[in-house]
This record gives sequence, structure tokens and C-alpha cells, in this order.
Amino acid sequence: MYVAVKGGERAIDNAHRLLAHARRGDPEVPELTLEQIKEQLTLAVDRVMNEGSLYDRDLAALAIKQARGDLIEAIFLLRAFRATLPRFGASVPVDTAAMSVARRISAAFKDLPGGQLLGPTFDYTHRLLEPDGAGESAAEPAAAPADADAMPRVTDLLASDDLIEPSASADDTEGPARDLTRDPLGFPAERDLRLQNLARGDEGFLLALGYSTQRGYGRNHPFAGEIRLGDVAVEFFAEEAGFALPLGHLTLTECQMINQFRGTATEPPRFTRGYGLGFGHCERKAMAVALVDRALRARELGEEVRAPAQDEEFVLSHSDNVQATGFVEHLKLPHYVDFQAELGLVRRLRAEFDEAAARAAQNASREAAE
Amino acid sequence: MSADHDEEPLLVAEGLTRWYGRNLGCRDVTFALHEGEVMAVVGESGSGKSTLLQLLSMQIEATAGRVHYRMRDGVTRDLAMLGEAERRFLARTDWGYVHQDPTLGLRMTVSGGANVGERLMAVGWRHYGRIRATASDWLDRVEIDVARMDEAPLTYSGGMRQRLQIARNLVSAPRLVFMDEPTGGLDVSVQARLLDLLRGLVADLRLSAVVVTHDLAVARLLSHRIMVMRGGEVIETGLTDQVLDDPREAYTQLLVASILPP
Amino acid sequence: MNAPIYNFAYLDEQTKRMIRRAILKAVAIPGYQVPFASREMPMPYGWGTGGVQVTAAVLGPDDVLKVIDQGADDTTNAVSIRKFFVKTAGVRTTTRTADATVIQTRHRIPETTLAEHQIIVFQVPIPEPLRYLEPRETETRRMHALADYGLMHVKLYEDIARHGHIATTYAYPVKVDGRYVMDPSPTPKFDNPKMSDCPALQLFGAGREKRIYAIPPWTRVVSLDFEDHPFERYRLDETCALCGATDSFLDEVVTDDRGGRMFVCSDTDYCEGRLADGAAA
Repeated sequence: MYVAVKGGERAIDNAHRLLAHARRGDPEVPELTLEQIKEQLTLAVDRVMNEGSLYDRDLAALAIKQARGDLIEAIFLLRAFRATLPRFGASVPVDTAAMSVARRISAAFKDLPGGQLLGPTFDYTHRLLEPDGAGESAAEPAAAPADADAMPRVTDLLASDDLIEPSASADDTEGPARDLTRDPLGFPAERDLRLQNLARGDEGFLLALGYSTQRGYGRNHPFAGEIRLGDVAVEFFAEEAGFALPLGHLTLTECQMINQFRGTATEPPRFTRGYGLGFGHCERKAMAVALVDRALRARELGEEVRAPAQDEEFVLSHSDNVQATGFVEHLKLPHYVDFQAELGLVRRLRAEFDEAAARAAQNASREAAE
Repeated sequence: MSADHDEEPLLVAEGLTRWYGRNLGCRDVTFALHEGEVMAVVGESGSGKSTLLQLLSMQIEATAGRVHYRMRDGVTRDLAMLGEAERRFLARTDWGYVHQDPTLGLRMTVSGGANVGERLMAVGWRHYGRIRATASDWLDRVEIDVARMDEAPLTYSGGMRQRLQIARNLVSAPRLVFMDEPTGGLDVSVQARLLDLLRGLVADLRLSAVVVTHDLAVARLLSHRIMVMRGGEVIETGLTDQVLDDPREAYTQLLVASILPP
Repeated sequence: MNAPIYNFAYLDEQTKRMIRRAILKAVAIPGYQVPFASREMPMPYGWGTGGVQVTAAVLGPDDVLKVIDQGADDTTNAVSIRKFFVKTAGVRTTTRTADATVIQTRHRIPETTLAEHQIIVFQVPIPEPLRYLEPRETETRRMHALADYGLMHVKLYEDIARHGHIATTYAYPVKVDGRYVMDPSPTPKFDNPKMSDCPALQLFGAGREKRIYAIPPWTRVVSLDFEDHPFERYRLDETCALCGATDSFLDEVVTDDRGGRMFVCSDTDYCEGRLADGAAA
């Protein structure tokens, strides 16, 4: 006798216990600490902060541990937490020109004021797996202070000769900066919302789109004008105090792309820009954002929109991996009612088809008999 | 060919001008089109004829000048003053637009019947049988085999697609049809058949039309009047036969002379 | 580390206010999709965040909540969402449709007729009925604004030309109050007639797509069709093996690998109710 299945609640509780067990792994092996994740898996922590849209190393490390290393799951955890936090307001725009620089390179010039500072980078490593090599960097590196004053931005150098389009400044926009998480995104979207969307967008998705522009799908002739990594001060303007209060420091990665120049009948030719910014050390992400940012500016720069990376609705609607994974994985939820409905139709159409075929066969045999 | 001139004109252009930055699209185009009248706009590429067609059909905005159209209710309206809803309604009912490339004027993955029926459904027809019957009538009229009405135009030949596009436009009984090189890109023999069809339909339905073409033979076959353009300017206008047989302007003479004798 | 403190029903008051404003606008324009700034919720997008946000915004401490998925209270997703509200709102819950004041549902409308004091909240994956015909949001918004729905009927025409029937079996598009075309969420078309002149307030939440829409009580809702191919309320011609119902939507259950099948009411409360009243297969 069939009894309707019950016990969904118990099944879920058991599944959660099993998950906790799997998360811990072999109890003989020492448990991961948040400190270990924070200190030694820094780049994973940086990615989770970026796409989780929350600058908190400890929470990001916790999310990574709780998610068993699944970074998108960790990003989701951080986002869900972020959604509960109260909002004080917006900081004063951070001044990346005043960054305490740990790494700074430019592909556009051989040498430049402040020099090419390689910093901690994988760029020139040989990608050889080194089972014993992990501890090689035990020695303290020599500390050379980077003088912020002597490191002007490459784009500022070009701008002083009026060779690059002026950067939109905070004073240009009317009213306070819009907030992607407070107002629903509509199309066409302005650059501030686009950049917010890209900043928290999936690194893989944006990397692929940026790559596609280089391969001809909306090519915009990029040069890495400057990539810099370091700490910037964050300040909040307090009405009561009448001045900006320092809140602390963030580590940021900034990428300025110099792109295809253009001019019009009335405007002299200048280079155009693409911009990318991210928490922590995230060059690949910042560069991808800058490439896609420039591609999405096609409309305002009067370029023909033909490639996926230039298609605002396509890029901005699919960049959020929390949304993407939610919808893709929701296919695991029961859909048997909808499926039942489809089954019904297909069976009916099938019956009609078989009927028609049988009639045709009958007619054919009747004609053959005649 | 002649046409009635005793009514108010259907379409009036006044000083129509369009600049693209520093480049001239077209300048100071003025004419009046009456019901049942077909005007050809001829010229080489870059003459401004395509710009003119886009201006008249409200696809682009004029830099200067006006276009007036006499609506079905008899009231003449300045098209620039129409709201978006009115504009879309006009484009879907009282007007037709035949693209040179039929894939631009069709839904390629939807059946031929649905392509023709869409305008009917857009204005509220809700009887499948009647929509289908009307669509099939029109397919027949443009000489498309009705047995193929449930196939998508992806499977049709170039000539068939073009005829489908024409049917799709005419099903709503428009009074004005814009045509952009309607036979361009088709084989010569297919062209002749299509032109014949168009000529018949235009006469039977008393359509007004503005036909852009670089082919003077098309102009001669389809139009009552002709407007010759070059570099964005109108060089010469007049009755088609008169202009083509006895061109006044040097450029027109050159154009006519450059056609190889048949 | 700061431990988070949660408000009643999880959402902070500002967010609830924002959602309620969207709901009011939706009720004022039946069937129109109102954009809203959907929040990240503790369950994934696509798993009911829109419905949860709407429920959280309308829920009060005295409400009685029922949560169903595929018509059943005990499916995993329904259990998970019900637990969420117990944890964050402490409201009473029930499996009986008649006892609930707020019903959150995925893919079914209960068989029991709803009452005027009830609110039913639908979980919606893709709110835009035209989405699969026209992927661009800019274009579909224009079509709604201009009531330009010819494309929708082209799709229905194609179905009939190709299959002899309209081939949509769930998420069957409807016209609300004679104006907006709406997607009722992936409920089977069997449920469509229940939406028309319904005494309860019907709210629809799409979290990932960030839209809320509504059908006010006692509103006319008509399923799109052709005069000569009218809307059919398709139902399997079977009887529930448990309670003998012949008028409810049935689930097909495979009982063995030799083609054995049985059919039971999808709406578990309806079925249990009939059994309790002494019905038998």
C-alpha cells in the first residue's frame, strides 16, 4: 500500500550532519584555522571579499572554511551576511594616487617616475610544482619604502598632455553615487552601476569576456597603462565633526587600461580608458573588469555594439555568480508537477501521431488492395 | 501610368534634411505623394536615397524639415509629433516597409503563416482558422505554395522570402509602402517575376509607395514619378517616363546613358 | 567578529518598507511587474528568495503560515523555508490550507478555495512571459507599455500549426484585468482558472529577476487562447489512489520497473482532508 513520503525534515537534518562530518574530513588531520586561511590562502580570501562585496578578511576566511573551499559558496555566505548589515553612508572617494604602493607596473612605458616595482607576483615564476618549495620564502624580504609622491599615475601623465580622455570625477555626477544593492538595475545602465556590477562579478565570466575582446569580439586595443597594488586610506565625512574621519585602510588593486583613441570633428583625438578596481590582490580580476568596462562604453563612445562583451544587458545580467549558481542549481529542486504537465501533453500528441500513422497505413493497404 | 491628383496628398516632405556630424545625408528634399502614386528615388550609393527613406519612415530623426502624413481618419499629422505608441501602430497597420534583405523584415524561425498572420494578431484577431485562411490567401497571392506555409522562411529561397515579406506587409491593407531595393540581391529572372508581382499588387490595391533603387529599370517598371539624387541633393524630379526618356540634367543623362541596352 | 542580530522575519524594517511599497504598486497595477531591489537571502537565488522576501514583508506575529512546494508541505524546499520562518519570525505554521493566513507556494495553487482574509505568495523563477520570445528586457518593457502582445499570439499560433494544440502546459500566460499579460509562475495550466475572481490576494515574487507583481482579489484573469482553440484545463483522466478524488491535480508515482503506476493528489492537505472526512479510493 503506497504511503505518501514523509520525513523531509529529518532527511534535511541528517544531510546537514553528514555535511559537517565531510567538512571536517579525517579527524586525525589537524583542523584548518582561520588564521591559516587568512595568511596562506590570501588570494582566495581576496576573491571572496571582492565578489562577496565585503571587506572583512576574517569573515571571508570563515566563509571559505564553512564552504569547504567552494569559493562561490563562500561568496554566497558573505553576501547573505552583508545583506543584514546597516548602511551608514558612502565614504569619501579613495585616492589611489596616494596609495602606499606594494607593486606598480606599466606596460605603456619602459620607465616612468617611481619606476616599475614588481612586488609579490607570480608573473615571472616558472610554473613548476614544488612539493618542498612552499616554505622557501621564510626569509624576511628587504623593505624598501615606496614614496607615494614620486609615483604619479600614468594616466595623469597622459592627461597632463591632454592625450587621454579626462576621467569622470565624482563632482561630475549629480547627487550621491547610486548603489546597485539598493536600487534595481535598469537598462540602459550608467557607468557607476556598471562598474559596481563588474566589481562583484564572477572573475571567470569577466575574464572570458575580456579575453574575447582581445580576440576580436569588440576589440578596443588595450594597453595596461598601470596596475598598482597597495593600501589606501578610507575616510568618512562626518557632518557633526565637519571633517573627514579616517576609518582605516584597504588593500586595493587598481588597473587603468589605455584604449583605442578616438576624435570627432570637434574633438581632438585622445586615448580612451577602461577601469578596474578590486579588494586585495586581484590583478586578473581588475584587468578583466577594465577590459569589459571599456567594451561596455561602446554605446557612449559611439562605437557599433556587436560583440557579447559590449552587450550591456547580456554582461550585466549574467555576471553575478550568486544569482547564476542559484538558478542553475535550482534545477535540483522538485519540478515533477511541471514535468507531469509536459508528460501529459507529449503522451497526447504521441497518441494522435500514432493514430494518424495507423490511419495512413490502413489507407495505403486499402489502396494496394484495389 | 497616371494617378489621381484630386485629393489631399498622402505624404508630404518639406525641406527634409539630415546631417551625420559633418557629413551630409540629404538636404532640402521636398515632395508630395498622392494615394495610388508610386515614386522612385534613384541614385548611386551615397546619393542619400536610403537616408531619405529612413527619414520618411521615421527610423531616424531629421536635422531639419518635416514630414506630414494623412492618417486613416483624414487628419494630416506631423510625424515628428506622434507618440511612440502611435508610431508603432502606424508602422504595423497603415504602412509597410520592404527591406532589401528579407531576413530583416521577417521572423526567420517562425512559420510563413505566422509571419503573415502576425499583424492581424497584433491588432486583435483571435480566430486561428480565420488568421490561417487569410494568411494562406495572401501567400497564394504572392505566389508562394500554400503547402509550405507551416515552414519557416529559413527554408525558403531568396525570392520566396522576399515575396513573404511583401505578404507580411500587405496583410494589414496599408496605404503606403516603403521599399528599399526590393529586388536587390535576387537573380535576374527572379527579379522580373517579383517586379511583375509588385506592379500588379500596387495597381490592384491602389498602394502608394516610395521605392528606393539604383536600378533605373525597376524605377521605370514600378513608378509614376522619379526623383534623382546625388551627394545628398535632389538633382531632378518628374514623371518617370519623361525623366528617363528625356533627362534635363547632365547627371541624369549620365545615369541613363550608363545603363546597358537590354 | 560581530554576531548578526536578525529582525522579525529576517529582513530589516527599511527593506520591508521598500518591498511593501513595491507590493502596493503591484496591487494598484494588476499584472504589472514592479522592479524592486531584491536582497541576498540565506537561501540561493532561484530557490524562492522572491517569495520569501514578499512573505517576510507581509508577515505579522499573529499570522499562520503554510508553505508548499509541488503542492506538498513535506517536500525538502517547503520544509526548509518553513523552518526559516519559524526560526526568524516564530510564527505558527500549519499544513491545513483553511487554517493559514499566509500561504507561500511553489508551482501549485491549493485545491481548497481560498478566502478573502488569506494571502497567497507565489515563487517565480522567470517573471517575464515574453522572455523566451524576446530576451531583451528593454524590448519586453516596451511591449508591455504599449500592450504590444502580437508576439505572444504568434507563439500560440505556431504551437497549433505545429502540434495541433497550444503546447504550453505550465506557466501558461494570462491577461490580467484586461491589460497586462502575466506569467502565473510554473503552475500547471490546470490551476489557471483559480486565479480569476479569487477572494484572496495573490502576490508574486521573483528574487533573482527582481520583480514583484500582484493580482488583487476579485480580478478577472483570462488565459490566452484563440476563439476556435479555447483554453483547456488539462487534467489526467485518473482517480487519486488514496482519497478517490477526480477533480484534483494528480502526481504520477512509479511503483515498479514494469510500468506500474499510481496517481495521488498533488495537494497533500486536500488529500488528507478528504481522507479524514471519510473518503476512500
